[in-house]
Amino acid sequence: MADPAYRAAGEGMLRIEPLGELAAIFDRRSQQTHLVTQPMPEILAALAAGPCDAAGLAARLADSFDLDGEGDAAAILTERLQELTAMGLVEPV
Amino acid sequence: MRHSIRIAVGPVQFRIGSDWAGPVAALGHLYAGYPQDDTRPADATVRLYANRPWRRWLRPSVHIGGDYIVPDALPLPLSMGLLAAEMGMNLQVALGWRRHLLLHASAVARDDRSVILSGASGSGKSTLAALLGESGWRLMGDEFTLIDPASGDALAFPRAVSLKNEAIAEVEARVGPARLGPLLAGTPKGDIRHLIPRADAVAAMHEPVRPALLLFPQFGGAPAIERIGQGEAFVRLTEASTNYIALGEAGFAALTRLVRETPAFTIAYPDSATGMSLVEQLWALAPR
Repeated sequence: MADPAYRAAGEGMLRIEPLGELAAIFDRRSQQTHLVTQPMPEILAALAAGPCDAAGLAARLADSFDLDGEGDAAAILTERLQELTAMGLVEPV
Repeated sequence: MRHSIRIAVGPVQFRIGSDWAGPVAALGHLYAGYPQDDTRPADATVRLYANRPWRRWLRPSVHIGGDYIVPDALPLPLSMGLLAAEMGMNLQVALGWRRHLLLHASAVARDDRSVILSGASGSGKSTLAALLGESGWRLMGDEFTLIDPASGDALAFPRAVSLKNEAIAEVEARVGPARLGPLLAGTPKGDIRHLIPRADAVAAMHEPVRPALLLFPQFGGAPAIERIGQGEAFVRLTEASTNYIALGEAGFAALTRLVRETPAFTIAYPDSATGMSLVEQLWALAPR
């Protein structure tokens, strides 16, 4: 099965406030607060450029992160994307 | 209601009605020195009532009512009417207040900057604030601290301090009987005696103060201070706030700003003197 692509929340739907090593995210649609750690804010920022799958995301994040081994990175990002989906912050396309 | 009184505590105007004269007279004594503005509409209404008319006379028990009710709250015997009034006032504020972010925290201030002490029952936040209030600090409140979403300032809620158990003797040793209410022995929360805040703290109750320190006290154990990160302080304060969710994004913005601008620490202390000294120690180091 091919990796699904994920879409970020629409512009202005999330308010993200860095809090030291963590970030607090307020979802204006659900009025829920989420507290996340790296690399969640970076994933959300990278998805803002448009929907993509985990491999595509790994390529986008490679610019700012030292990702060793593209395959591993994609597998980890798949898990993170599923967690973000569970929080309602991204959705599969 | 046969008997009633209006009380302003910080920004909250209460109207308290009672089937009995006793609790209202006791409140009148505790709040005699508070500024009165009878033209202001009440923000919160508390009712102390007998569930059946004859109950007013025969084994009277006090039920707590108002804009918000807790259906399974136990009635209290009339001798604890003052405690019922206090619980009713807390309940109306905790459930009904929307103008500020409400933190379940005590607070004291000095030089227009405040120390906010957040903790569960038994953490000692109330006792520490009461004692600091007698030692060169302005007592802002022993139970609730309000954060103004627009300015980020802390606002005082200096209700009569609810001293419990051992804290009663500690405070009795420092203040005259005129500043204390009657001893309520054997309540569901143990022994309780109310302390009337100093007149200068009451007079200053409308003056907002910039938060300078966030402390999470823990009574018991060896003295310890531990710096905590913004994320942990944020989580602890969302749990300590009764209206964080109700405020939506305004609450989110106020709380993220508070934890970002205010250094936060946990403190453990075996006795009040040590607790006060840890607060002074951190205060001396707090950024100005």
